[in-house]
Amino acid sequence: MPDERKYTTVSIPIQLYEKIKKRIEGTGFTSVSDYVTYVLREVLASLEEEEKEEVFSEEEEEKVKERLRALGYLD
Amino acid sequence: MVSKPHGGRLVRKLLSEKTKERILEESKEYQKINIREGTAIDIENIAHGIYSPLEGFLVENEFQSVLDDMRLPNDLPWSIPIVLDVKEKDLKFDVGDEILLYHKNIPIAVMNVDDIYKYDKKEFAQKVFKTTDINHPGVAKVYNMNEYLVGGEIRLLNELPNPFEKYTLRPIETRVLFKERKFETIVAFQTRNVPHLGHEYLQKSALTFVDGLFINPVLGKKKKGDYKDEVILKAYETLFKHYYPKDSAVLATVRYEMRYAGPREAIHHAIMRKNFGCTHFIVGRDHAGVGNYYGPYEAQEIFKNFPDLGITPMFFKEFFYCKKCKGIVNERICPHPMEDREYFSGTKIRNMIANGEIPPEYFMRKEVYETIMSFENPFVEE
Repeated sequence: MPDERKYTTVSIPIQLYEKIKKRIEGTGFTSVSDYVTYVLREVLASLEEEEKEEVFSEEEEEKVKERLRALGYLD
Repeated sequence: MVSKPHGGRLVRKLLSEKTKERILEESKEYQKINIREGTAIDIENIAHGIYSPLEGFLVENEFQSVLDDMRLPNDLPWSIPIVLDVKEKDLKFDVGDEILLYHKNIPIAVMNVDDIYKYDKKEFAQKVFKTTDINHPGVAKVYNMNEYLVGGEIRLLNELPNPFEKYTLRPIETRVLFKERKFETIVAFQTRNVPHLGHEYLQKSALTFVDGLFINPVLGKKKKGDYKDEVILKAYETLFKHYYPKDSAVLATVRYEMRYAGPREAIHHAIMRKNFGCTHFIVGRDHAGVGNYYGPYEAQEIFKNFPDLGITPMFFKEFFYCKKCKGIVNERICPHPMEDREYFSGTKIRNMIANGEIPPEYFMRKEVYETIMSFENPFVEE
């Protein structure tokens, strides 16, 4: 699949770009884009982690607990 | 708080008894495909959310994205292609049809066909296994696959007979269990072997930092000479009984066919355990490796590419027994030279057991050894 379908351009201030460029010297990051992608993925994942947790219905949870008790996983 | 399922929602592709009955009554109207045992196991894992967010087998753009980037098209990490391969002569259906998937005359699933596509086996092997060497068991399996892939959502009709049902927990069950036990942090350990002291130290070192330990042996197809599933399970049961804290350790199995894809598979194993609700995952030396295809710590290094995985890897160096330290240590804490070290070699221990030799007590707990020896033949024969 050609690369142009996978990437797009976003703009950041030149000063920030220069700061990042300096920061990634000698690290495993080979470009500012790689670093920005890494950081954004990390930030978005942590925000998603804070979103409300899925809950099972009471009936469903009770059924699960019954099985866990029967198998000896719960007292 | 337990980990959120990968992608945010626990997938469950189970049918009510009534719907199952209706589908099976109308089964003559469906095209039928015979599938391998490993594929049937993948279906179970999709249906119970172990592979969340997958709802079925990958369609072409998902497959290509996983091969190229180790991510699904929506950028979510996913490293192993979960695919259904079909022979050209069996392609008697079209996109939009519903088909039934059978294994040994058991109807396993109903599938909506969303995509039918060809693929390049060499590319598959090279990208997933980093080799096209036919001696690699994962590569050999890919080369033996059928020529077409069929993608689409599945719904489970039946599971394969499970002799270890008593020890099998699904993600919805482990999530409730962890909550009931009030575990905020849980570390998972994947294994396909009987436990030696190196494993025990690894697991207990990890447990020191979290609330719960989830030992999750992988059961399924084995190679000749491997320990039988029941032996692995009994050996762990013994270890748990004598040496593990009852309130913080959980033993439950999962059925899964190993791919031996080393680093890529380590990511996949971590995602599976995230779906069980675990917050941490142990990655030791040569995780999911085979032969010398991967570097000893390559499976740890790959995690650097996934800051958004949603489960924290716990990396450990290899443990060994040091004659000078008189204990089990690793290279980070032991200053002594190689000649003082006895490394835990699964093969060495297996050979000792096969030859009736008792492994030294610093290699394996006596109780575990006795459990293994209580089986007439603890090893897979064919």
